[in-house]
Amino acid sequence: MINSKYFFQGFGCIKKVDSPAIALGCCMIAIGVLLKNLGFNLQESVFSTFLTYALPGSLVMAESMIVGASLLNIFLAVWLVNVRLYPMTVALMPLLMHKNQPRWKYYLSCHFVAVSAWLIMKNNYQSVDKEKRIDYWIGVGTATISIAIIGTIIGFLSSDYLNEDMMIGLAIVNPVYFTCMMVGAMKTIQITLSVVLGAILGPLFFLLSPEWSILFGGFVAGTIAFYVGELNVK
Amino acid sequence: MSSSIVLVILVTSFATYLSRFLGVVSSEKIKENSKWFRWFNCLAYSTLAALIARTIIFPAGVLSGTEYSIRFIVVFASLLIFYLSKKNLVYPTVFSVMLLFVLSSFY
Repeated sequence: MINSKYFFQGFGCIKKVDSPAIALGCCMIAIGVLLKNLGFNLQESVFSTFLTYALPGSLVMAESMIVGASLLNIFLAVWLVNVRLYPMTVALMPLLMHKNQPRWKYYLSCHFVAVSAWLIMKNNYQSVDKEKRIDYWIGVGTATISIAIIGTIIGFLSSDYLNEDMMIGLAIVNPVYFTCMMVGAMKTIQITLSVVLGAILGPLFFLLSPEWSILFGGFVAGTIAFYVGELNVK
Repeated sequence: MSSSIVLVILVTSFATYLSRFLGVVSSEKIKENSKWFRWFNCLAYSTLAALIARTIIFPAGVLSGTEYSIRFIVVFASLLIFYLSKKNLVYPTVFSVMLLFVLSSFY
């Protein structure tokens, strides 16, 4: 069903130099603390990380609960912040699809599409035989979601011992890790421009509309980068 | 588990899975060497960059308590370490925590 050799190769990503373990672990510890403060018990916190597995979504859920938002509002707010997972999935799955593989693997493993697993797979897919990429991806996803769950548990259990300075330290690791990862991925004109323009337009659009800034900023930046890249290739 | 928290978790996870699910549905029709694929690739990287830049410049939560200039210095210094260490990701992440700690205690 799942080729164990490729699965464990993918799982091994947490031991490499570009391991997401530290960054992901740190921010999930912060999520564990946040969920405990919100009144979640340990099972609910683990359940939340396992089922959602997208950090900005969990943050928006928490913020919405604090202000007492309705279920519909929570749905819309989370959907809006996680719509970015749609282009991420479309930019990944065609690289993993193979006619010899069953479709359920794709529909199940798309749950692992989140920044850390996605960037690791985008950086490594060429080294894996196309037919086996989905098994490798399931390995990467299982490893990262395991770290996320362990981080949540550690955060939940240690929340009483973490002061604000420590929480700030945990919070900086995530953006630093992803900035380095994105800069490391800038190998073509299109990706370089996408990253640079996205980083400029995202915060700029935030001044106009905080809720839509990521989508609008990302859409405009990505489309400009695409056209400029296409013109340069021709 | 109280029912309202469980409901919130289920609604959040459904809202999140929806985009992933629709992504796979669309992927079945998109070839990896097509223009559509390249466009979505650009959109994916640019929305991620937008999200990360926003968390550094306009952070929510505890990071908003730190100075804007300190966050900038930490991110740029970490990028420098990233290049100096031949793109190792462990050094810049560990370094960023220490630098933030030192700078925050001075300012």
